[in-house]
Amino acid sequence: MAEKLLEIKNLKQYFNVGTKNEVRAVDDVTFDIYKGETLGIVGESGCGKSTTGRTIIRLYDATGGEVIYDGVDVHAKKSKKELKAFNRKMQMIFQDPYASLNPRMKVLDIIAEGLDIHGLVKNSKERTARVHELLETVGLNREHANRYPHEFSGGQRQRLGIARALAVEPEFIIADEPISALDVSIQAQVVNLLKELQEERGLTYLFIAHDLSMVKYISDRIGVMHFGKLVEIGPAETIYTAPLHPYTQSLLSAIPLPDPAYERSRVRKSYDPTTHKYLKDEEVIMREVTPGHLVLCSQREFDAFAK
Amino acid sequence: MEKIVEVKNLELSFHTFAGEVKAIQGVNFEVYKGETLAIVGESGSGKSVTTKSIMRLLPKSSTEYKNGEILFGGKDLLKISEKEMQKVRGKDISMIFQDPMTSLNPTMTIGNQIMEPLLKHQKLSKTDARKKSIELLTLVGMPKPEMRMKQYPHQFSGGQRQRIVIAVALACNPKLLIADEPTTALDVTIQAQILELMKDLQKKIDTSIIFITHDLGVVANVADRVAVMYGGRIVEVGTVDEVFYNPQHPYTWGLLSSMPSLDATEEKLYAIPGTPPDLLDPPKGDAFALRSEYAMKIDMEQVPPLFKVSETHYAATWLLHPDAPQVDPPVAVIERMKRFPGSRYYEGNAGGVR
Amino acid sequence: MTTNMKKLPKDSFERITIDSSHAERISKPSLSFWQDAWLRIRKNKAAIVSMFILVFIVFMAFVGPFMVEHDPEDVKVAHASLPPKIPGLEKLGIFDGVGKLGSKTVNLYELKKVEVNYWFGTDSLGRDLFSRLWKGTQISLIIAFVAAVIDVVIGVIYGGISGYYGGRTDDVMQRIVEVLIGVPTLVIVILMIMIMKPGIWSIIIAISITGWIGMSRIVRGQVLKYKTQEFVLAAKTLGASDTRIISKHLLPNIMAIIVINMMFTIPTAIFFEAFLSFIGLGLQAPKASLGTLINDGYKFIEYQPHILFFPAAIISLLMIAFNLIGDGLRDALDPKMKD
Repeated sequence: MAEKLLEIKNLKQYFNVGTKNEVRAVDDVTFDIYKGETLGIVGESGCGKSTTGRTIIRLYDATGGEVIYDGVDVHAKKSKKELKAFNRKMQMIFQDPYASLNPRMKVLDIIAEGLDIHGLVKNSKERTARVHELLETVGLNREHANRYPHEFSGGQRQRLGIARALAVEPEFIIADEPISALDVSIQAQVVNLLKELQEERGLTYLFIAHDLSMVKYISDRIGVMHFGKLVEIGPAETIYTAPLHPYTQSLLSAIPLPDPAYERSRVRKSYDPTTHKYLKDEEVIMREVTPGHLVLCSQREFDAFAK
Repeated sequence: MEKIVEVKNLELSFHTFAGEVKAIQGVNFEVYKGETLAIVGESGSGKSVTTKSIMRLLPKSSTEYKNGEILFGGKDLLKISEKEMQKVRGKDISMIFQDPMTSLNPTMTIGNQIMEPLLKHQKLSKTDARKKSIELLTLVGMPKPEMRMKQYPHQFSGGQRQRIVIAVALACNPKLLIADEPTTALDVTIQAQILELMKDLQKKIDTSIIFITHDLGVVANVADRVAVMYGGRIVEVGTVDEVFYNPQHPYTWGLLSSMPSLDATEEKLYAIPGTPPDLLDPPKGDAFALRSEYAMKIDMEQVPPLFKVSETHYAATWLLHPDAPQVDPPVAVIERMKRFPGSRYYEGNAGGVR
Repeated sequence: MTTNMKKLPKDSFERITIDSSHAERISKPSLSFWQDAWLRIRKNKAAIVSMFILVFIVFMAFVGPFMVEHDPEDVKVAHASLPPKIPGLEKLGIFDGVGKLGSKTVNLYELKKVEVNYWFGTDSLGRDLFSRLWKGTQISLIIAFVAAVIDVVIGVIYGGISGYYGGRTDDVMQRIVEVLIGVPTLVIVILMIMIMKPGIWSIIIAISITGWIGMSRIVRGQVLKYKTQEFVLAAKTLGASDTRIISKHLLPNIMAIIVINMMFTIPTAIFFEAFLSFIGLGLQAPKASLGTLINDGYKFIEYQPHILFFPAAIISLLMIAFNLIGDGLRDALDPKMKD
């Protein structure tokens, strides 16, 4: 496969450390992201998938572990200048199209924020021209630049969020549930836009979502998270057709599809963590079952998978 | 079959400071005994407003009912007094909402909340109400109901809370249950459990359900019949198979083909262009025409009536007019139609086209 | 259900192509948040009437003292205790200069041979009440406004820092606030006034010494709410500095709440000033404020109720107007009311 853009090694993000209600939102997660690919992360609410994304982009300081971007540890101490350079390379698209745009700012200023911070334009004429260009990139009109966010529909707002992220010409974009708040007919617009942009600009995506069918569609590889741990990761097709971890199996069996005949025959599997029957001294780690397909399992389970 | 509720020609507007929002522009449908009618549509299509008007839950100050009636048990729910309506709410018609936390009172034990409608509507004694509440909690699959009765909503998880809300809603064996996106806030695995529970309970107590959702997967799972709403109107209505395998309206086509299927690997998703209509200033004619590649001249002038496709299947598109040209739906829809006997793409028997 | 099969013109069914850019059109006029709020508040009659009343009072407070030839601080014992007299209104039986002297009702202006007119009468020292009233209103308004501004400045900075930086800083700052709240305000104020020379500034300082606490708590709450919003996170991921986040993202969003709160702080300050003056801790004669005027008038309430009536009316109008405007603003700016 292509070269690694990002290596996440033993990433840990605990909240309220040392207190009674310590939360291990991300618990020892390791994975790589390759240049130009889309890695989908799925899991249910509270599984730590969003926290993983936010920790990677330094919105939270990691409790432990490393995030290595192009050979440089993101979380190591850095000068302001280095941090800024890093901010340009890595961007984020947020979940809630209503909360992710400042209601008191005009679209022009929202999209130009990155340009202003990094001094990417020389004068206001260039700034406006650049914003117009970005608006058109995401399928909106120039006239929209002088409006306020509340005048836009959800899908349009999400595209404004994408335009804002694109303004600094990033290489890597974390999309944190970018479509889950949108209507079905609009989801496809945003997903298509993301795909087009990826092809045009060679972007790398970390696509976080709970809608598995969209993730399957957009991702090259998929990681499944459960209670802060990555339980399975592999090529999208493999995860769907031959999931090994029982949690992945239960998740897949729960998705309703827009096909009444299939729905009538779908049998849901439930996941019970006690079925693993892990022994005290058993080492439960990610093990590579087939090339590129890793599952969190014990040696015993691994042997069973191999059969 | 017995009609439980019949909505006739409903038309209503909201008066906002920006002007009149024509939220519902002539909606007709009925719900039969024991069936589940799913209403699908995107936000702003009027699906929630329609059901809230059945419950008369819309703010009185800004809502204007312009036309129509809602017949329930021989009475027009839009005409009866608020007092009579209170007797209907919670007893004959119950509602479950998207967010289970906000529909439960955080300062009351869940036992008291389930007992409340029993004491109020069924005039049960306290001990009987308690017994019935425990039964209900067992019915919705809550372990250790006696112990759970004494707990407060925050002590439950999201899925459990939705189970409690369902228990409250079903306390008086309502004739009609309105579920407004009841699983949207829940995770897929929990959603699957709640859907199974609702279907199971429906069989047991033979209630009718209006299920509002934007998730077509959920519709395919729960619905007997489906009504597709767009821009304040029902654009297509039919049995679940008819709507999913023989859709007629370009909007339904768009919805069905904009979702990726798990097995196929499409290069590009079909996306409906543009945004839903602004009901402050609804477009003339067919509201969807502005986003449709199948638009015709007449769509810009006249609102299409509901054309009959079969006894149970109607769609409001000029494409069904005998004089209209025949068009091919998107590929993904043709794939679906191939499986439906009666559609012109049916491949089940020799010849295929009827 | 209708199955309409009536004949339609043949060309009705010609296919047309839709310009898809048309579908992205937004039909609503473009309005900023404050323009939108103005549209809302314009519909609130009480708030609009209050605004007019307020503008009138403020105007009079600055222009009123110059409308008559009398100086508000001029003592003329010969003209003491005159009732109100406005030429032109005599025939109506009001403001005609007629008052009680002993048990008789007489025109005091003729009796004392006063040539000039005192519109609102004079006090026991012969000072013109009309100019005194507006001068007093002016001083009360200035005190209240300056105190409110100080409250806002300190409150926003304190609350902002406490909320934005959070953690240990927040803990320490909130403990300090809790201690301050624990001390009764009146005790601090009385101590302050006793140490400092009585005057406008000592009253302003006395009012704002604890007044900012409420504002700081509100600002802190708002900052805590907004700093985790996704648009602030987005700015952070773009590499925005703290200054930028505070000035461009947080402040504009909490501005509305600050303004609303200021609308309620000002009348409170007016009232507090009046209270201090009334209990004798406020301005000293010959300076006037609404509080001292009310204090003066209250002594003569039995014989010359007009001395109390005018300042009392103004202070009531001010309180009501500010509160109604505040309510109107809150309704107009509250996002929950958004349709």
